Amino acid sequence: MRRRFHNHGVGLVPQVANIAVSILFDGLAYAMFLFITSVGLSVTMGLMGFVNLAHGAFAMAGGYVVVTLTRTYGVGFVPSLVIAAVVVGAVSVVFERVLYRRLYKSTDLEQVLLTIGLAFMAIATATYLYGPIPKSVPLPEWLQGDVNLGFRYFPSYRAFLIVLGAVLIAVLWYAFERTNIGAKIRAAVDNRRMAESVGINVDRLFTLTFAVGSGLAALGGGLAIQLLGLSPSFAVLYLVLFLIVVAVGGLGSLKGTLLAALVLGIFDTGGKYLLADAGGFFVYAVTVVVLLIKPAGFYGRE
Amino acid sequence: MAALQVEKLNRTFGALPVTRDVDLTLERGARCALIGPNGAGKTTLVNLITGVLKPHSGRVLLNGEDITASSQADRARRGLARTFQINQLFRGLTVLENLCMTVGERDGHCNNLWRSSGSKREVIDEAIGYLDSLRLTDDALKLVRELPYGRQRLVEIAIALAQKPRVLLLDEPAAGVPSSESHLILDVVAALDPDIAVLIIEHDMDVVFRFAKEITVLVQGAVFTQGTPAEIMSNEMVRAVYLGQEGHRGGHHG
Amino acid sequence: MAASDTIGGTPRQRATDYLLRRHRFRMAEALPWLIAIAVFFIFPTRMTFGSQVLVMVMFALSLDLILGYAGIVTLGHAAFFGVGAYTVGLAAARLDWTEPISGLFAAAIAAGLVGFVTGWFLLRYRGLTLLMLTLATAILLQETGNLRSDISGGYDGLPGLTFKPLLGVFDYDLYGHTNYLYALTVLAIIFFFVRRIVYSPFGQALTGIRENVRRMHAIGSPVHRRLVTVYTIAAAIAGVAGALFTQTNAYVTLTVFDFDNSAKVMVMLILGGTGRLYGAFVGAAVYMVLEDYFSKLSPTFWQFGIGLMLVLAVLFAPRGILGLFERIGDYLAERKRS
Repeated sequence: MRRRFHNHGVGLVPQVANIAVSILFDGLAYAMFLFITSVGLSVTMGLMGFVNLAHGAFAMAGGYVVVTLTRTYGVGFVPSLVIAAVVVGAVSVVFERVLYRRLYKSTDLEQVLLTIGLAFMAIATATYLYGPIPKSVPLPEWLQGDVNLGFRYFPSYRAFLIVLGAVLIAVLWYAFERTNIGAKIRAAVDNRRMAESVGINVDRLFTLTFAVGSGLAALGGGLAIQLLGLSPSFAVLYLVLFLIVVAVGGLGSLKGTLLAALVLGIFDTGGKYLLADAGGFFVYAVTVVVLLIKPAGFYGRE
Repeated sequence: MAALQVEKLNRTFGALPVTRDVDLTLERGARCALIGPNGAGKTTLVNLITGVLKPHSGRVLLNGEDITASSQADRARRGLARTFQINQLFRGLTVLENLCMTVGERDGHCNNLWRSSGSKREVIDEAIGYLDSLRLTDDALKLVRELPYGRQRLVEIAIALAQKPRVLLLDEPAAGVPSSESHLILDVVAALDPDIAVLIIEHDMDVVFRFAKEITVLVQGAVFTQGTPAEIMSNEMVRAVYLGQEGHRGGHHG
Repeated sequence: MAASDTIGGTPRQRATDYLLRRHRFRMAEALPWLIAIAVFFIFPTRMTFGSQVLVMVMFALSLDLILGYAGIVTLGHAAFFGVGAYTVGLAAARLDWTEPISGLFAAAIAAGLVGFVTGWFLLRYRGLTLLMLTLATAILLQETGNLRSDISGGYDGLPGLTFKPLLGVFDYDLYGHTNYLYALTVLAIIFFFVRRIVYSPFGQALTGIRENVRRMHAIGSPVHRRLVTVYTIAAAIAGVAGALFTQTNAYVTLTVFDFDNSAKVMVMLILGGTGRLYGAFVGAAVYMVLEDYFSKLSPTFWQFGIGLMLVLAVLFAPRGILGLFERIGDYLAERKRS
C-alpha cells in the first residue's frame, strides 16, 4: 500500500525529507549487515575462486550460537556475538581443511553442489535443534528503544549496527591496506600464481581469510536476529542476497563489497518503504543492470 | 596482396606496453619464424592477430581485408588458423570427433539440427584424410586425453590444417614434445602446403634455420630486426639479445 | 555403444562405422518407456503423482541440453517453466482458452521467446555473473507477476482451472489416467526431437563448446549463436513442461518461478547424470519417489538427506547414477577381458 502524504500542518518538504532520512538510516543499517556478512565471501571467492554457498549457513549458525548463549546460558548479547564469531570461524577451518580443500580444482558446478548440500544439512540440523519458528534474543538495555541524535530519534539497535559496521570497515581497511598480511592477500587475489612464485603461502592465507570471513558471517548472523529475524531458512534465503552483493561488488574487493552493500541496501530499503511487497523488485533490477554493464562487478577484475 | 599484413599494432596491459608498433607481412607461401627472448610478446602478437586480444591501435589485414574489428571465429572462417602453445583440444572426445567437429564447423555442417552427425560421409572421409596424412588413423577412436602428449600435439596441428587455412600460425609446435617424437612434428611442418603462409614461433634455432625463409626478431614487444636466416645469424645485436640463451634447445616458454 | 566396441575392418573402416551408427537406437533405450507404461498398469492409483514425475523429467531434459550438452550453468531455469505454466494458466483463467494442445504450443512459443531474448543478452557471460543474472531474471519475472497479482493471482495462484478434453475426445478422469498418458505422449514426442538434436552435427558442436570453448572460437564456430539457439529450444521445452504442470494440476501459483524449482531440477539432473539424455529420466524419477516417501516421513529428514546425497554425489559419484552404472559396466568389461 502506498504511503499517502497527509498534510497535518507539516509541510510536504519536511515530510519527504523525513522519509528520505528514514530510508537512508535504515538502508545504511541494512547495508552494514550485508557488508559484514558478505565481505568474507567476496574475499574468499576472489582469492581461491571457490564458490561457497554454505556461507549463509555459517551466518545462520552464528545466529543460533548467539541464541543459545543468550537464552540458555545468560551470556550478554555483545559477548555472545564475539564468541559466536570465534567459534564459527574455528569450525569453518575444519570444514575447509577436511572438505573444501579437495574441491579447489573442481568445476564451479561441483563446488556449488557440495556447498549447497552442506547448507541443506545445516538447515535441517537447525530445524531439528531449534524448530522452524523465528527466534529472538534478549537485548541489553542500551540497545533497546531509541537514541536521540539531535534532530531526530533513531532506533538504537540500528544506530549500533551502523557504528559497528563503520568500525569494522575501518579495521578491515587498515588490515587490508596497511598490514603485511593484507598486502599478501591483495597480491594473491590479483594474481595467485605470481604470488606463489614470490613465496607467499596462498594455502595458509586462504585458511586465515576463510576463518575470518566465516567469523564475520557468524557475527552478521547474530546481528540479523533483531534486524531481520532468524529461522533455519535464513541460510538459503539471504544467501541469494550475499551472492548478489559479492557479484555486484566484484570478487575479492573490499571497496566493491561496501559499495554494493550500500547501493543494494538502500535501494532495497527504499523500494520496500515506497512499494511495500513489490519493493523486492529493485535489488534484482539493479543487479541485472550493473552486471550487464560491468560483468565483473563494480571493482572486479575481468 | 599479402596473405597477412600487420600494421603498427599496439597493445598494453595496464601500464605495460606488450606490443609496440609491430609491422609484419606474410606473402602467400611464406615461411616466417618469429623469435625472441622470453617475455618478448610473441604469443601476445599471435593473440592479437587471431583476435583473442584487441589492439589499442593498428590494423590487421587478411588477404587485403581489414579484420581488426572481426571476432576470432570470423577470422578463422576467413582462413586464419592457429595452434596454441598448450594444446587446446576436445580432450573428452575421440580424435576423429575432434577433426569432424573442425570440418563440420568449417563447411557449415554443424548448423544442422536434424540429420545425424554421421550423415555426411564426406565430412568423415575428409577428417580421416587429415588423420592419414599425420599418421593418426590408428588413434582415430581413442579419446584425446588418452594419447601421449606428442600425438596430442599432432592432433592440434591436424585441427589447424582441417580448417583449410590460407594463413597458419604455429605457436611453438614442438613445445612439450619429448625429443624422441619431435621429428614427427617437424616433418609435418616441413611438408606443409606451399600455398599456405606460415608463421611459426620457435625457440629451437635448428628448427628455425631449417624451416624459415625469413625471420622476425621480437624484443620487448617491438620488432627488433627482420631478415633472412643468413642475415639474422650474422647479426651481432641479435646474438647480444640472446646472450645466455645460446639459442639451442633453450627454455620452452614463450 | 562405446567406440572400442566396433569390430572388424581397418581402423579407417571402424572409425567411419562408429560415427555412422552412433545415433541408432539401442535396445536398452526402450527400458524407461516400458517402465513408464508398466507403472500405468501396476500403480493405477498413483497416476497424479506419475504425471508430476513425467513433468519433471521433461523439465530436467530441457536443462540437460543447456547444462549437460552445452556446459552452461544457470540458476534461473525455472523462469521458462513458469512462463509456460502461466501462459496456459492465464489463458484459461482470463481468456477462457482451455484447449490443451494449443496451450502447449502457446507455452512453447512464449517460453522460447523469453529464452531467446534473455539468452541473447546473458549468454555473453559465464561463471558467477551468469549465475546471478539468470537468478535475477527468474526472480524479476516472479516479482512482475506479483506486482499485478490481480491478474496473476499472486502467490495464491489461479486455482480451479478446467481444460477441454484432449483432441475433443479424451476426457479427464478423477484418477489422472488420461493426464498420465497425455504427459507420456508429449514427453515421447519431445524426447524424439531432443534426441535428434543431440546426435546432430549441431549437438556435436554443443559438446565442443562444453569441452573447449576457446578451441571452438579458434575454428570459426559461431559460439554465441549456437548457445542462444540451444537456450531457446531448452526454454521452449521447459515451457511445455510448465504448461503440462498447470494442465495436470489444474492450478498454478507464482511459486513455479522459485529458485527452489531451479535448484531442484538441477539436483535431479546431476543425480541422474548430465549429458546422457536418460539421466533426466533416472534422476527425476528417483528424486520424486524419494521425496514423496521421505518428506511425508519428516521434511527435515528429507532435507538433510538431500544435502547428504549431494555431498556424497560430488565426492564419490560426480557423474550421477548413470555415471555409476557406466563405471560398473566398464569394470565388468575389464574383468571379462582379463
